[in-house]
Amino acid sequence: MIPATFDYVRAGSVDEVIGLLGEHGDDAKLLAGGHSLLPLMKLRLAQPALLVDIGRLRELSYVTEEEDVIALGALTRHHDIATSPVTLSSVPLLAHVAGQIGDLQVRHRGTIGGSICHGDPASDLAAVLLALGATFVAQGPNGRREIDAQDFFVSFFEVALRSDELLVEIRVPRPLDARWGFEKLTKRAQDWAIVGAVAVRSRSGVGVGLINLGPVPLRSSAVEAAVVAGSNAAEAAAFAAEGTEPSADFNGSVAYRQHVARVLVRRALEKAGV
Amino acid sequence: MQIDITVNGTAESHDVEARTLLVYYLRDAVGLKGTNVGCDTTSCGACTVLLNGESVKSCTVLAAQVAGEEVTTIEGLALEDGRMHPVQQAFQECHGLQCGYCTPGMVMAITSLLAENPDPTEEYIRLGLEGNLCRCTGYHNIVAAALAASQALEMRQ
Ligand SMILES: Cc1cc2nc3c(=O)[nH]c(=O)nc-3n(C[C@H](O)[C@H](O)[C@H](O)COP(=O)(O)OP(=O)(O)OC[C@H]3O[C@@H](n4cnc5c(N)ncnc54)[C@H](O)[C@@H]3O)c2cc1C
Ligand code: FES
Ligand code: FES
Repeated sequence: MIPATFDYVRAGSVDEVIGLLGEHGDDAKLLAGGHSLLPLMKLRLAQPALLVDIGRLRELSYVTEEEDVIALGALTRHHDIATSPVTLSSVPLLAHVAGQIGDLQVRHRGTIGGSICHGDPASDLAAVLLALGATFVAQGPNGRREIDAQDFFVSFFEVALRSDELLVEIRVPRPLDARWGFEKLTKRAQDWAIVGAVAVRSRSGVGVGLINLGPVPLRSSAVEAAVVAGSNAAEAAAFAAEGTEPSADFNGSVAYRQHVARVLVRRALEKAGV
Repeated sequence: MQIDITVNGTAESHDVEARTLLVYYLRDAVGLKGTNVGCDTTSCGACTVLLNGESVKSCTVLAAQVAGEEVTTIEGLALEDGRMHPVQQAFQECHGLQCGYCTPGMVMAITSLLAENPDPTEEYIRLGLEGNLCRCTGYHNIVAAALAASQALEMRQ
């Protein structure tokens, strides 16, 4: 399978990217690791006229520690997040999840920014960043603005970036004394989650994220509220299907996925010490 | 467009379409047919090569994306005196292949794994090979070859 033809530009700076996006609008598509976009282009499900390759913007690949925040450049690869001493010591949940995405070859190419901007409801990192209460930094012609992870996922494969903006940074509030659980149901080792759940409990509260249970990555406010009100893991997990709209396919029916969601949320909560 | 890539230590420069995938750059433009295409959908790992020493699936990388970088294929692994690389040698000794279709990708994936962790456990090898499928061997001898190779590489150092 070969993608349809396109023009290709390798961007040398963030400003150049913003200029190209302004000039070409929706005809242009950014290419980071290419591990979501290229498979779509090979299937001709995406046929952008212009690919702007941002993969070499090394200044957007970093994991740094600020006082209350861990900052990750949008082009940081899954493999780097899985092995960075900063994530391993300060947000081990992020390292753990990044280290389970796809397979090693995928993790050598895929980036955190691509995982989020693709808007795929099955993205593991998107659900984790929702549970961690992360903020996303977009940059456009008028400078930078911050978007709450909660407000970022608009609809199926659609995110809150304007057509002349790119994502530059992900900011994760340092979870204090956090315990966490991450549960992912797959049929084969390297697969995407059929259903997944993540729970984080820290001094600043509780966060629960759901993977592949609707058109967008979800944060389960119903489960979170139950935990805050004093429910144990099993009681709170009973609310896990609330607000979800999974689709049915050969991996399972809607009812099956909602059942699995309750099971995985309970396990994740238990691991998080709820 | 003109794309320059260092392949197995040799500077290559070829005029190909922007949409050319790395695996076809290697097979058709450079003429190195050792890298196989299995699934063509980023699943099987048959097309695995090293990009700056790290394993990647060359069916899901544009040649343009890696212009200016270093790619190593199965043809580039043998030692300077022509002897097989320890990972290749271990495949022969442990009977790590049957039909051989997955083998170039397996060997490259294992080479990358051992570069990242020279003293691996069996579990590390098995998890690290998640992205490489083999229809023949049942994997046991591939894992045995990877472990044998790690010892051979250690002795060489
Ligand atoms: C075999 C396989 C298995 C996988 N398994 C999993 C899995 O288990 N879990 C999981 O979560 N993911 C999985 N993935 C997806 C993988 O994590 C992708 O790498 C990731 O979703 C996209 O990152 P990328 O850098 O490759 O993005 P690209 O494919 O380059 O881009 C994806 C989209 O995001 C846009 N984009 C990228 N970067 C930016 C930016 N900085 N600003 C604005 N827009 C941007 C692009 O324009 C494009 O629309 C798998 C992929 C494969 C091929
Ligand atoms: S051919 Fe590339 S992963 Fe199967
Ligand atoms: S030896 Fe035949 S596919 Fe692996």
